[in-house]
Amino acid sequence: MSGFVHGLSYGAVIVTVLMTVTAFSLWFERKLAARMQSRLGPTLVGPAGILQPIADVLKLLQKEDIVPLKADAVLFNLAPPVAVVCAIGVAAAVPFSPTVVAADLDVGVLYVLAIGAVTVLPVFTAGWASNNKLALLGGMRAVAQSVSYEVPLVLAALVPVILAGSMRIGAIVQFQSDHHWFVAWPFFLGIPAFVIFVLAMLAEANRIPFDIPEAESELVAGVTTEYTGMKFALFYMAEYVHTLVASAVASALFLGGWDGGPFRPGLHWMVLKTLFLFAGLYWIRWTLLRFRSDQLMRLCWRYLVPSSIALVATAGVWVVFVG
Amino acid sequence: MTSSPAASYLPIAVVLLLAVAMGAIVSSLSSLFGPKNPNPVKSTIFEAGSEPAPGTARQRFAVKFYVVALLFIVFDVETVFLYPWAVNFRALGWFGYAEMFVFAATLVVGLVYVWKKGALSWET
Repeated sequence: MSGFVHGLSYGAVIVTVLMTVTAFSLWFERKLAARMQSRLGPTLVGPAGILQPIADVLKLLQKEDIVPLKADAVLFNLAPPVAVVCAIGVAAAVPFSPTVVAADLDVGVLYVLAIGAVTVLPVFTAGWASNNKLALLGGMRAVAQSVSYEVPLVLAALVPVILAGSMRIGAIVQFQSDHHWFVAWPFFLGIPAFVIFVLAMLAEANRIPFDIPEAESELVAGVTTEYTGMKFALFYMAEYVHTLVASAVASALFLGGWDGGPFRPGLHWMVLKTLFLFAGLYWIRWTLLRFRSDQLMRLCWRYLVPSSIALVATAGVWVVFVG
Repeated sequence: MTSSPAASYLPIAVVLLLAVAMGAIVSSLSSLFGPKNPNPVKSTIFEAGSEPAPGTARQRFAVKFYVVALLFIVFDVETVFLYPWAVNFRALGWFGYAEMFVFAATLVVGLVYVWKKGALSWET
């Protein structure tokens, strides 16, 4: 019974916090992008345009809900909520501090990767159900890309598991706070694994430079082309929540989670690291260009997969010799 | 907090239920508050904004996507097998490492094979 109450209260908090952070990260992203391009960005709604996301939601609320006649209506309507459920489902197992967590599972890393991988299904469902050639192509690309980058993602996440000897995310963070953050020591394992993890997670979330499934210059809006109003907003929300939660996972696995180095550990460190990483991803997004499909696949299968296998093998040798 | 393994999933199930409720409510908001003026042209697919290209979207698709799916199944199943090994790695020591090395080596041989076969070249 206590688990039910705990889940309910934590779930309410997590949904509220994720919504708020996502909304204001939209404002932050637009401001950042504008500054990087010598523009001002949103300025009209509220001070410095900070209420812009709320105005956006109000506008989307007033849009007509259109389901194309030729579309598969059931799947078409099912895809957006499922996308959000997957993104929030990952967040449920990520510990933000020893106490702030819905459930720190024994197989936390595996759960996070598994639910994270499911996010590709609603994207493909949307592409197929739209009955639109461009959306279908976007969905196909999304599946090909996500399942390809799943392999280096899983292998990179294996490195902290080997080093810490546990799949429980809380135990991995504890190990790092007892020893060193994995990006600090052994840095020759931690840093490459962290970089591969971040790259693969960007690809999984279909973010620039890996946003070939959306590629607005060739596919209109990819899988979201036929969606209007709040359903369209749900896809956007799912993408942002997915990226945010993946940043939290990366912070916990590689950056020491709630450990503050020489300072007192606490929730604020985890939040700070997550937001910092999240902002870094925006920086990447507004700096780099989009890869071509073939470049994307080559990067994954010819470089990331072999190097992540080598990393796992090296991590094994390291643990047997030193750890 | 909770002792049995299954009970530790209860909060997660509750969070998921909450997420389902939120997703269902939010996705129905547009049809509640939005205008409803359907017409035949609006109900066609948007596609690229002009007249949709002839033919249906339910058609055969480039086989390279399916090759990627096959590769994924092979490699992902193998990598997931590495997880239980990684947790018990310290206890297993060199013996466990050697055994897993053989397993990973077959993985690499498979990768080299598909690479040489040209399954990894997206261009063709």
